[in-house]
Amino acid sequence: MFYRENGQFKTSYRADQQVFPILQDKIAVWALIAACFVLVPMLASDYFYLAILIPLVIMSLAALGVNILVGYCGQISLGSGAFMAVGAYGAYNFVARVPDMPLIPALILGGLCATFFGILFGLPSLRVKGLYLAVATLAAQFFSDWMFLRIKWFTNDSPSGSVSVNNLQVFGIPIQSPQAKYLFCLALLVVMAILAKNLVRSAIGREWMAIRDMDVAASVIGIRPMYAKLSAFAVSSFIVGVAGALWGFVHLGAWEPAAFSVDISFKLLFMVIIGGLGSIMGSFFGAAFIVVLPIVLNLVLPALLGVFGVEISTAGISHTELMIFGALIVWFLIVEPHGLAKLWSTGKQKMRVWPFPH
Amino acid sequence: MAFFLETFIGGLMAGMLYALVALGFVLIFKASGVFNFAQGAMVLFAALAMARFADWMPQWTGIDNKIFANVAAFVLAAAIMFAVAWAIERLVLRHLVNQDAATLLMATLGITYFLEGLGQTLFGSEIYTIDVGMPKDPVFVLESAFQGGVMINPEDVIAALIAAALVAALSVFFQKTGTGRALRAVADDHQAAQSIGIPLARIWVIVWCVAGIVALVAGMIWGSKLGVQFTLTTVALRALPVVILGGLTSVPGAIIGGLIIGVGEKLSEVYLGPFVGGGIEIWFAYVLALVFLLFRPQGLFGEKIIDRV
Repeated sequence: MFYRENGQFKTSYRADQQVFPILQDKIAVWALIAACFVLVPMLASDYFYLAILIPLVIMSLAALGVNILVGYCGQISLGSGAFMAVGAYGAYNFVARVPDMPLIPALILGGLCATFFGILFGLPSLRVKGLYLAVATLAAQFFSDWMFLRIKWFTNDSPSGSVSVNNLQVFGIPIQSPQAKYLFCLALLVVMAILAKNLVRSAIGREWMAIRDMDVAASVIGIRPMYAKLSAFAVSSFIVGVAGALWGFVHLGAWEPAAFSVDISFKLLFMVIIGGLGSIMGSFFGAAFIVVLPIVLNLVLPALLGVFGVEISTAGISHTELMIFGALIVWFLIVEPHGLAKLWSTGKQKMRVWPFPH
Repeated sequence: MAFFLETFIGGLMAGMLYALVALGFVLIFKASGVFNFAQGAMVLFAALAMARFADWMPQWTGIDNKIFANVAAFVLAAAIMFAVAWAIERLVLRHLVNQDAATLLMATLGITYFLEGLGQTLFGSEIYTIDVGMPKDPVFVLESAFQGGVMINPEDVIAALIAAALVAALSVFFQKTGTGRALRAVADDHQAAQSIGIPLARIWVIVWCVAGIVALVAGMIWGSKLGVQFTLTTVALRALPVVILGGLTSVPGAIIGGLIIGVGEKLSEVYLGPFVGGGIEIWFAYVLALVFLLFRPQGLFGEKIIDRV
């Protein structure tokens, strides 16, 4: 009733194969993007930008990258934090070593470093798969942790591996205020998301999905597993690498290897699973869930326990947060193993047939 | 030569301890197909429980005897691990039957977070010690063969002996008892085992209980070596390459994989580390396992993976 799509006839293949073939979807998405660019900057405070929006946008980008690998190509990866780190330190090296390096090429070059690293550590995927691969990708994580801590060249000889960047600017426009940072990251996210969406709709995206669904059958029908898997690793780690560079450059400003620890790899995997495997939209949902949840818990928990007259320490909050986080993940997996994206489409279906349930 | 032997033996001892944690992974994977990422959190949880109960025991019972306190703490911690195993089966696994491996892996990651939070809420998050009275002073052996002898840590030897005893006990349990046979049947084929009347749910509880006990023993040994603290969970991450090297489904694989990784780590750290800046222990094990996987994807003793369309 509210989501009526009858009467929207397609008379050409072109019209039928659009990203959003249904008119109201298209309008809604454009309106949402416009709101993010126009409405949000009018309303948001600096705290809101720094604590929620910027991390959310960057993590969405990273989750998008991980979703291409895990959700579309079915290669479970626990090394995403490493690809972020390589992207960040790669971009840092270009900025630090090349005089007058503009920001955007530096980000792209950082992403390319991550691509190279991703292909290298994606090689085991040709031989092993599933859980073995998940563990094997941890190698990338620990290797990068060690590399940026111990090999001084990568960190420009800083003793603890901590580096910093400043005076970010794009085309002469400084990226200093929270608002500018947000808009810059958002613009990159929109561009990347559109590219990714089109990529997964293309021939190569279908190859990835064929490999995910059953790699033996895919290779029988003439899909080259090596090409498909490594290209998924390459594209995924490029996006994750750019997200990592943004995380370091824009969000943190100064960072050390611990900023990209194995914890961040787990969180990215959570985002993808909770958001929905194999769904671009799901990456955003998942990132929102994981980024916003701790902040909400931090605000709500003391107030809620205060009602019962229980004082809670900071350590207590962080432990409770861990417990709730873990319990929610399990609960989510039990109730909706296909993620928030599935809930979203269920909701749309309900709107479609309302007021009749079937 | 003496130094090489020292390193080698130290590696073997460390490997035995890795094997102990790896054993927990293998047991659960074998019997339920769940890759239990929570093993590290279970080790931490069990060690925390044991350390705290041993502290509290004199206050509760008024008996100020270290052996009694440790034994009682061990029993209590074991009981808690049983409760945890039961809760995991009842609240999590039962609802996730027939989900794919990735979902189950994620669920155990959720359990990891939950147990880490719960353990530290219940038992506090400082550094505790477990003192089970292991001798700490190093002894020197083979002094006639090498100058200065070979230094061995008796603590490590005892730990390795305990681990070996545990492995032996588990093998007997798996091979000789009815429950053990049922476990192996479930490992081979869930549905077939169910159809001949083996209760799947009970088997899973038993397996998680056994994994809990293994975690407790591992936590006790690691805890008395390193102190009980949050970093204990990273021990599990270091045991992961052991599992994939040895094969996910093989108990002897976990042991031999553990020994290979332990020795490889120590030797690489000592002989390779200085050239590349040290601290390579943590990734060397992974890269070793990874290179190995390229030649034998199912691990040393894993079952051959056959894909059919």
